[in-house]
Amino acid sequence: MTLKYPMKDRIKTTFEQKGKKLLNVYFTAGYPTLEATVPLIEAVTEAGADLVEIGMPFSDPLADGPVIQHSGTVALQNGMNMRVLFRQLQGVRQRVPDAPILLMGYLNPVMQFGVENFCREAAEAGVDGVILPDLPLDDYVEEYQEIFRRYNLRPVFLITPQTAPERIRRIDELTDSFLYLVSGPGTTGSQQGQAEGVQEAYFQRIEAMNLRNPRLIGFGIGDKSSFDRACQYAEGAIIGSALIKAMDGVDDAPAAARRFVQSVLN
Amino acid sequence: MATSAFAPNARGYYGQFGGAFIPEMLYPNVEELRNQYLDILADPSFQQEYQQLLRDYVGRPTPLFEAKRLSAKYNTRIYLKREDLCHTGAHKVNNTVGQILLAQRLGKKRIIAETGAGQHGVATATVCALMGLECIVYMGEIDMERQKPNVYRMRLLGAEVRPATSGSKTLKDATNEAIRDWISNPVDTHYIIGSVVGPHPYPDLVARLQAVISEEMRKQLLEKTGSELPNYVVACVGGGSNAAGAFYHFLDEPDVKLVAVEAAGHGVDSGHSAATSVLGKPGIIHGSRTLLMQDEDGQITEPYSLSAGLDYPGIGPLHAYLGDSGRARFIAITDDDALRSVAELSRLEGIIPALETAHALAALDQIGAGPDDVVVVNLSGRGDKDLETYLKYAEKLTEQK
Repeated sequence: MTLKYPMKDRIKTTFEQKGKKLLNVYFTAGYPTLEATVPLIEAVTEAGADLVEIGMPFSDPLADGPVIQHSGTVALQNGMNMRVLFRQLQGVRQRVPDAPILLMGYLNPVMQFGVENFCREAAEAGVDGVILPDLPLDDYVEEYQEIFRRYNLRPVFLITPQTAPERIRRIDELTDSFLYLVSGPGTTGSQQGQAEGVQEAYFQRIEAMNLRNPRLIGFGIGDKSSFDRACQYAEGAIIGSALIKAMDGVDDAPAAARRFVQSVLN
Repeated sequence: MATSAFAPNARGYYGQFGGAFIPEMLYPNVEELRNQYLDILADPSFQQEYQQLLRDYVGRPTPLFEAKRLSAKYNTRIYLKREDLCHTGAHKVNNTVGQILLAQRLGKKRIIAETGAGQHGVATATVCALMGLECIVYMGEIDMERQKPNVYRMRLLGAEVRPATSGSKTLKDATNEAIRDWISNPVDTHYIIGSVVGPHPYPDLVARLQAVISEEMRKQLLEKTGSELPNYVVACVGGGSNAAGAFYHFLDEPDVKLVAVEAAGHGVDSGHSAATSVLGKPGIIHGSRTLLMQDEDGQITEPYSLSAGLDYPGIGPLHAYLGDSGRARFIAITDDDALRSVAELSRLEGIIPALETAHALAALDQIGAGPDDVVVVNLSGRGDKDLETYLKYAEKLTEQK
């Protein structure tokens, strides 16, 4: 099949070129202001973030803690929706040519926008991957996989400490980007109050499986020390809530985001 | 019922509705439940304990009462299934008794629940006290204000009531918070969902635990009318657990007309309504694909009903399918009509119904029942919890229909 949207595999290239200590940052589209989305992509990538996850705000974000919930509420009040987001992303690839951009959100707004429409718009904007935590694997395989492939969009699936080994293998087989390792029980931004060694054992167990995809650790990573620690067990880590918190109440959100990313990396 | 055309398939779908749209963090819990619920429910030790508690603790079977003065008014034969006489005052306890026994068999030590009107929260707190298990109930901040007596009841029973302060601060948000709690406590906690909503297998599990309502109805109807089958079964629907229980053993009896009554709030087209079957379109809420009130961007909208038990923006996937397939008829009843039915039942039969239940009663003049028809209304709950609301709207209560 000839791909209608031949694009370079930015996710694969990024992991191959850097290999380790990759920083993936998450922020919510349309927060703190409606038009902040693209300036923030530029700011965080200029400051050294390797991948960018754009949150598509949803009224009922089940897997998110208070910080990301709040950012979503503000973004929706600001007027963010899928059409606005895709309009904002037009031309983003002229400004940020190489860093992988992923869209993360919940299934219902994608369903209402139309899965095919969503994938086409995302591909045209230069989006590389999609994370939909409430999309079941079986439903993905039956209803979405073909469409995702047609537009060369990579799905990213979550793995938790409770995910069974055979399910991890299946997720790895269905993935051609990276695996999102949820660090422990809890919603986004929660502090993982786990006994010493429990988390390490989980990360080491996954590492020992020799999976085909690289891994990024997310949930509860919020500063340089937690980032560095996560990077001992995976190719990199994902920071969301802490970045959003750093933009709370500031006049210049891109500048605050830039400082935050630098504080994690330097 | 295993061969019912209205049973979910292996992945929990009723037609196009149902499924399990949950983040990976919940997958092991839901999978554990899915793998075990049918075996546990069928286990003789479970059945023995469940039936004994339903009899000796809940007070089942609940009576089927021939409401003669109400029948005369509507010129048909009306029977009331008295779920309001269950311990804790509503049908909700049928489900919580079953789920607490299930939780014990799954080895869970901590119970969480959501509640709207507070009836499910009280029923959960009750069985947790009975079994000595920790209980946390999430309740919308606005609902805590509307249903104060139930908040006090839950606390008296030893439960912790946590306010849900996000979104519309009602049932939908309480459910979000309960799900987030479960994500944070995946190993030791069982989530007792109060309605036929949520990811598979919850809609089927709760329907099976409420099915005792229609099981008893059939026996009682046979005694009282000479036939197990009525012409109509009428029940109110928020998420739809009492309706699921009342319909369950009649689903495959096409001669029995099933009527699901939703809350129209100020009116279906008023912008302040909870009539999901009219205003909803397919979408995903709380892990289930069902009819859902949402805007054009797929954001879930805030439903409205004066009754705290019916203002849910979705309905159980079984009900979405019953509506879609034409098996059940949906009727929407306004706040004002429900309030008038509260007064009507109180004065004609000496029974003060819950505001939710009153919606079902208010549909009696719309179902088209004739003088010889047998109509069963599921009297899902009693009105004590709503007295403050009834006082506030005392004038509307006594208006003539």
